Amino acid sequence: MRRRLSGTLFYGACLAAIGLLLLTLILLLWDVFSQGLPWLDTGFLTRGPSRKVEIAGIFPALIGSFEISILVGIMAFPTGVAAAVYLAEYTGSSRLTSILRTNISNLSGVPSVIYGILGLALFVRIAGFGFTVISAALTLTLLILPVVIIASIEAIKAVPDAQREGAYALGASRWQMVRQAVLPAAAPGIMTGIILAMARAIGETAPLILVGAFTFVTFIPQPFSGGYTVLPIQVYDWATRPQADFHGLAAAAIVVILVLMLALNALALVVRARLSRHIQW
Amino acid sequence: MVEENSLNTQLSEAPVHESSTRGAGPSIRISAASERGATQPAAETGTVVELKDVSCFYGSFRAVRNVDIKVARQRITALIGPSGCGKSTLLRTMNRMNDLVPSYRAEGTVLLDGQDLFARGVDPVAIRRRVGMVFQKPNPFPKTVWENVAFGPKINGYKGDLDELVERSLRRAALWDDVKDKLQQSGMALSGGQQQRLCIARTIAVDPEVILMDEPCSALDPRSTLQIEELMAELKKDYTIVIVTHNMQQAARASDTTIFMTMGEDRAGYVVEEGETVEIFTNPRNQLTEDYVSGRFG
Repeated sequence: MRRRLSGTLFYGACLAAIGLLLLTLILLLWDVFSQGLPWLDTGFLTRGPSRKVEIAGIFPALIGSFEISILVGIMAFPTGVAAAVYLAEYTGSSRLTSILRTNISNLSGVPSVIYGILGLALFVRIAGFGFTVISAALTLTLLILPVVIIASIEAIKAVPDAQREGAYALGASRWQMVRQAVLPAAAPGIMTGIILAMARAIGETAPLILVGAFTFVTFIPQPFSGGYTVLPIQVYDWATRPQADFHGLAAAAIVVILVLMLALNALALVVRARLSRHIQW
Repeated sequence: MVEENSLNTQLSEAPVHESSTRGAGPSIRISAASERGATQPAAETGTVVELKDVSCFYGSFRAVRNVDIKVARQRITALIGPSGCGKSTLLRTMNRMNDLVPSYRAEGTVLLDGQDLFARGVDPVAIRRRVGMVFQKPNPFPKTVWENVAFGPKINGYKGDLDELVERSLRRAALWDDVKDKLQQSGMALSGGQQQRLCIARTIAVDPEVILMDEPCSALDPRSTLQIEELMAELKKDYTIVIVTHNMQQAARASDTTIFMTMGEDRAGYVVEEGETVEIFTNPRNQLTEDYVSGRFG
C-alpha cells in the first residue's frame, strides 16, 4: 500500500514538473505571439529599422543572422568533425586524450560572453578583422565548436566496432575505414549536432555585443567589411526602448527567430531520418 | 519444410563418432564437404597459410602458444576447441586483424604463400585484401545491398564494371535470387542468414585467396546455417577457407581438415591435434581430442 502510494506520488511529481515546463512555454509563446503577430507582415521582413514603428523592419538583421549562420556552419562543420574524428578514431584512450575530452566538455559550459571577449581580442584586434560579420562568425564558431565536437564524438562512438572491423577486413586503410564506414554511419548524429549548434549560434546575443554588432543598421551587412547586426541584437535594441510599440516590434522579431529555430530543428529531424534510412542497430 | 525437418533430425542425432558409421542419410555426414567438392589431398594442392611456432599475447598474458599448423589450398580447415582456447585469436592473426587490439602481440612466423606476414615493412592493409574475413555476427554496412558488395572493390580501386562484379559476387554467395530486386534497399533490412551471405559476397568481391570465418553461423538459425555450409563447399573450389566453430557437427559436416585446440594449465591455447576431419572425428590419436569430439568436455 505504501509502495503504491509512493509510486503514485513520484508519478505525480514528474507530471507536475513537465506541466510547469509546458505551462511556462505556452505562456511565453502566447505573450510573444499576441504582441508580435500584429506587427508581422512582409514589409517587416523586407524593410530596415526606423524611428517610425510603422515602417520599421528587420531586413538587415535577418541578412546578418543568415550570413553569420552560414559562415559558422561552413567553419564549424569541417573543424568540429575533424577534431572529433581525431579524438575518437586516431588517439587511443590515453590520459592526455581523456583530459582533452573533459576540457572540451567544460568549454561548452563557458558563458558565451567570455567567447565575446576572446573574439574581441583575437579576431577584432589581433587578426584585424574589425567589427565585421567575419569576426562575429569566427567568435560564434569558437562558441559552438565544443558542442559540435562532443556531439560528433558521441555519434562516432555509437558506431559499432563490428563496422570498423568489417571495413578493415575488406582491405580498408584507417582513413578509408573512417571515411567510408564510420562517418556515413555517424552522419545522422553529426549532422543533427551541427544543425542544433547552428540554431544556438543564431540565438546568441552577448558575444556579438562585444565583437561589435550595431543596434541600428539600415544597410545590408557585408561579410568582410563594415558594420552588421543580427536578430537577437535587434530584439535587444527594441525591447530596451521605452515606447510600447517598439516592444511589439521586438516580439515580432522574436517570432521570426522562433520560426527560424523551428525550421532548423525540423531540418535536423529530416536530415537525421534521411541519413539513417539504411541504419538499423 | 522438408529441408528444415531433415536438418533438425541431423542436429538432434546422436554423438558424432557413432553416426559416422551409418554413411549417407539424414544423420551427420562426416566430411561431407570432401565428397561434394572432390578435394585433392593437401600435399598436392600446397599450403597457403603456414604458422610456425606462433604465440599470441595480450599484454603479458599468453593466449596461444607454439602453434605449428598448415592450411591447405582450396580446402576447408576447421578450428575447434573449448571457449577461450584462442581459436579466434589465432584466426585473427592470419590476417593481422588482431593488430587492432591494443596490447596484442604475436611471436613466431605466419607465412602466406611463403611471405612472412609479420615481417618488417609488411602492410597489414595489403594483407587483409588477400585474406578476407567473415565475422560471428553479420555486420553489413548501413548502406544498400549494392553498396555493401561494391565497398571492397571501390576502396581497392577496382576499374572494371562494378554492376557486373556485384552481380557475380552475389551469385557466388547464393544470394542473387533473394536480393536481385532489393539491390537499392538497406543491407541491414535482410534476414540474419541473408546478411551473413551478403558479408560473404562482400568478401569475395575483393577476390581474396583465403577467407577466414569466425563462427559465421553462431547467430543464425539451422536453416541459414546449412545454407552457409553449402555455400562454403561451393566456394572452396576457388578459395581457401578457415573456419572457427563451436559447433562440432558443423566442423564434421563442413570441413576437410580439423585442428583441435585446447588450453593448458597456464590458460594458453595450443594445438592438440591436426588432421583430416574424418580422422579427427572417428579415430583421434589424442585422448583430449577424443574426449572433446565425443562431447565429454568443452
